[in-house]
Amino acid sequence: MQSKKDILDQLCELVRPYSKKPIELGEETGLIDEVGLDSMKVMDLVMQIEDHFDISVPLNILPDVLTIGDLAEHLQKLLEDS
Amino acid sequence: MKSLFDKFLPLEETRAELIASSGADPFHVVVERVISATEAMVNGRKVIMAGTNNYLGLTFDPECVAAACTAIREEGTGTTGSRMANGSYAAHVALENELTRFFNCPAAIVFSTGYIANLGVLSTLTGAEDVILLDADCHASIYDGTRLGSAQVIRFRHNDPADLEKRLKRLDERARSTLVVVEGIYSMLGDRALLREIVDVKRRYGAYLLVDEAHSLGVLGQNGRGLAEEVAVEEEVDFITGTFSKSLGSIGGFCVSRWPELKYVRYAMRPYIFTASSSPSLIASTRKALERLHHGAELREKLWDNATRLYQGLAAMDFTLGPEISPVIAVRLPVSAGVAPALWGELLSQGVYVNLVLPPATPKGGSLLRCSLSAAHSHGQIDAMLDAFALIRDKLQPHHL
Repeated sequence: MQSKKDILDQLCELVRPYSKKPIELGEETGLIDEVGLDSMKVMDLVMQIEDHFDISVPLNILPDVLTIGDLAEHLQKLLEDS
Repeated sequence: MKSLFDKFLPLEETRAELIASSGADPFHVVVERVISATEAMVNGRKVIMAGTNNYLGLTFDPECVAAACTAIREEGTGTTGSRMANGSYAAHVALENELTRFFNCPAAIVFSTGYIANLGVLSTLTGAEDVILLDADCHASIYDGTRLGSAQVIRFRHNDPADLEKRLKRLDERARSTLVVVEGIYSMLGDRALLREIVDVKRRYGAYLLVDEAHSLGVLGQNGRGLAEEVAVEEEVDFITGTFSKSLGSIGGFCVSRWPELKYVRYAMRPYIFTASSSPSLIASTRKALERLHHGAELREKLWDNATRLYQGLAAMDFTLGPEISPVIAVRLPVSAGVAPALWGELLSQGVYVNLVLPPATPKGGSLLRCSLSAAHSHGQIDAMLDAFALIRDKLQPHHL
């Protein structure tokens, strides 16, 4: 089973190419306001996450996701359930 | 203090930029006068309408117009309420019966628009325990329908049956209460669903399949029933949704199903329950247009002839197009070109109206100059479109193509 820290580290690597500015990525980093994701980029990122972790990510979780940490929490649960 | 409208300021800025580069507002074009199914007055000049989805050109069909006029005189201008509250007019029920015969299905529901049809079906058929697996390029009405409902929503890669299978496999037993959603012809690039392969996957996993035939009704299939008829998999498709506002030249939407139980779903669909029903004139012209569509092999032949003429002409100019010949033909421009609005304005000033589609509404990024053909277009009009595109072609750099 992967820890939240493991998931967080992998997520930061997946998110990094999307960041318009060279900011430090971490649990508290905002995906929209800091990384600068728009609605389509979010969808692209979700597909990449699905490939990387070999899971399906329901779109229903997205309204609750503001930060990379929020995403990591959801992924941890999805990975446990899968 | 913040205003309610602050969040819309970026839209106003984008609009101003678009008007500056194209000479008109691409998303608020005023059609000053409609001349025919394919021509109108825009900005004081006669324009060929090449972005209206009027595939069979039935908006001015004399029989459809006459049916609408008779209905409006006999039954009035509107129904003033929903079918649940005010009652269904006999013609609403007659149209549903005609749709069941046309599709050879036991159940049909007529909605007030195609958007509402998808909103109703996608929000209601599946519940909190169920899953919707939708093609990533599905229309906004499908996405919005899922948001109104409670099912778990998962996307699969556009037109990728292997990716669909991977996701169904992950769902294990839940695959049996999963609704797979695809479109007959995708509205932006005009490509068709790989329906035989998708049907094969959904059958093996015991899932349900919904095909939105909005852009393929009247366009594909010997009888015009759409892609499912064209590739002979109608028996395997559980639900078909569609619209009256394209090949039927009217306004409205529908869902038909091989499951008779669909009849009861209408009593649970909020977008059906709380919307005013279609006016008598709309239903009357739709019924007549459905007859014309059913026996419209010649119209379909003309439509495909026009589509082939435009597609091949644009391909010969080295434009990057959608993957296959279709009545929806999209010229793809890279974002870096940054010139799509100006080219759109140039086409309009040459007397050709097409749809400008900008990111994020475009699949795979980039911008589109999207054309939709009609059986009512003449070869002369297609050639005039090609002449206009040739002019803008000269203004593009080779690396923009």
